[in-house]
Amino acid sequence: MENTAQLVQYILTGITIGAIYALVGLGYNIIYNVTEVINFAQGEFVVLGGLVMVFMTNTLHLSLPVGFFLSVGIVTILGALMDKLTIQPIKNATVLTLIIITIAVSIIFKGLAMLIWGRDPYTLPAFSKAPPFTLFHAIIQPQALWVLGITTVVVILLSLFFRYTMVGKAMLACADSPEASRLMGIPVQRMVLISFVLSAAIGAVAGIVITPISLMEYDRGALLGLKGFGASILGGLGSFSGAVIAGLILGLIESLCAGYVSSGYKDAVALIVLLLVLFIKPSGFFAGKRASLKKF
Amino acid sequence: MRVSKCIGVILVLMFVVSGFQPLPAVAQEAYKIGAVFSVSGRGAFLGEPEKKTAEMLAEQLNKQGGINGHPVKLIIYDDESDATKCNLAVKKLINKDKVPVIIGPTLSGTTLAIVRVAEKARIPLLSCAASYKIVTPVEKRHWIFKVTGSDRHVVSKLYRYMQSKSIKKVGIMTVSTGFGASGREELLRLAPKFGITIVADERYGPKDTDLTVQLTKIKASGAQAIVNWSVGPTQILAVKNWYDLGMKIPLFQSHGFGSKKNLVLAGPAAEGVMLALAKVNVGPLLPNSDPQKKVIMAYKEAYEKKYGEPISSFGGHAWDAFNIVVQAMKKTGPDPAKIRDCIENTKGFVGQHGIFNFSPQDHNGLSEKDLVMVVVKNGDWALLK
Repeated sequence: MENTAQLVQYILTGITIGAIYALVGLGYNIIYNVTEVINFAQGEFVVLGGLVMVFMTNTLHLSLPVGFFLSVGIVTILGALMDKLTIQPIKNATVLTLIIITIAVSIIFKGLAMLIWGRDPYTLPAFSKAPPFTLFHAIIQPQALWVLGITTVVVILLSLFFRYTMVGKAMLACADSPEASRLMGIPVQRMVLISFVLSAAIGAVAGIVITPISLMEYDRGALLGLKGFGASILGGLGSFSGAVIAGLILGLIESLCAGYVSSGYKDAVALIVLLLVLFIKPSGFFAGKRASLKKF
Repeated sequence: MRVSKCIGVILVLMFVVSGFQPLPAVAQEAYKIGAVFSVSGRGAFLGEPEKKTAEMLAEQLNKQGGINGHPVKLIIYDDESDATKCNLAVKKLINKDKVPVIIGPTLSGTTLAIVRVAEKARIPLLSCAASYKIVTPVEKRHWIFKVTGSDRHVVSKLYRYMQSKSIKKVGIMTVSTGFGASGREELLRLAPKFGITIVADERYGPKDTDLTVQLTKIKASGAQAIVNWSVGPTQILAVKNWYDLGMKIPLFQSHGFGSKKNLVLAGPAAEGVMLALAKVNVGPLLPNSDPQKKVIMAYKEAYEKKYGEPISSFGGHAWDAFNIVVQAMKKTGPDPAKIRDCIENTKGFVGQHGIFNFSPQDHNGLSEKDLVMVVVKNGDWALLK
């Protein structure tokens, strides 16, 4: 009995952590799909989402939905600004140059967050006041259900957006061939802008839902970004369902490794899995035929 | 007429002389005290209260007439939490400012980087950093002292408390940073001395988002108590996850948890969490009979009045270092070797972090007795009997 409870607890924890990695991984994928750029400031969007929400809730005392949408809105604007001020002005830049620019932007975001919020961690009240409940003798925090639920909603909305809307299809077209898209009359620059906006919004959502569980401080972004990057590589860069499945798998591996092997090695295991994937099947395990590591 | 003139001149002279008499006292040469703190950079949250405390104390001291009539000139440099800059600052204090004694640096890393500089220049140094390596081996640390408690004392205090509650099986969880590793080492090393078996030894990263797995594992190991050793967000996570899991096993934290900010962040989840703290953290709770109560309350009132922010245990380190130096200089004047000898022979110095008893074998001066067991009750600290 005790053993099952333990196993269930590990799996539940793994899925919750995994859902967060999946959300971060999705953000990478959107921008990658349109621009082939890996946006290393993705983790910073998560941090900013959480910290802006802290400001909305703890300082301005706004209600949860109002604060939620305002925070997502603010981070989205930051995402748009990032594109307008740092990515768009560089004409004819190679993908690698743009990636290096995103690293610079991530450092700027991190510095700003430190200036504004300082080095202390912050927390938010859980979305629902319900106490933790038990399932198969394991304990679940209601906030974990919020994380899973919101991840599911985001994934469904994204799939619908890319499959059924003109803008979504146009964005995918840009990914395939920017030149051809431009000839077809698709405003490529606007598509790039939309991709940054979407990524920033998803990052902010991720930050807001996890802050009640894991707290948030200015320098959390790098590690979250790394794990999310792992998820998107493992799932095949550019593949949305791949990122979600891979994120969950990474979370489960970490949690089970910490539970049954040693908690000191769990980060190492996640990175080893990532390296193995890059050695054996660099296009990722869950990618379709179309997606592959185009430029690398 | 002549006589009256003479008397007049004498009167004037007397007036002049008596008028000037206090001046030579004021003009006495200032005693210099050098200080290096991490006022900016990653250690800023430690270095800033240290700097403010030292400045406040120097001002108070000079108002009261300084050291035996000599005003104190406090020279503070910011090392920006950087070992190289710390090295430069210490060399500048020694070679350019020619200070006879240095307080600081703030961090273990920066202190260890300049230990040899101070040794070579034969200038006594009182570090405000924690690592035991700063003062061991003591033969090679002739000129170096530290005023902070050691992990060893905190762990002994916790284990002694557990022993009194007949707790024999303990699960530990530590963060994989220098702070956590040092705590883990002591937790493992001292357990047998108190008849305690470590039944689970879990580690986690400083940026981890969930510690449920570690706690579940400890629960399954049959531990009667949990010790968590970390600073930053993970020590809050440990408390929250422990609370959410509804664990009946008591949770002990390291002294890193000893800040009111942590209680606010953890909220009701922190009720019942126990830890060992220096008395400076819990001044108002101490009984009036406590010898440290008076100095802690005086520091608290003065600091909070001047800066409008609560005192911290870090500022307390600067208080201890500054005043140990001042009491030594009162006896010896500004001679580095004499100051060093005097500090080494200091006994029963009542400070913020305890009652210091230095000796040639012990350049730390604090002991387990200087800590108190504290429990979180109604969102505040309460002393454990």
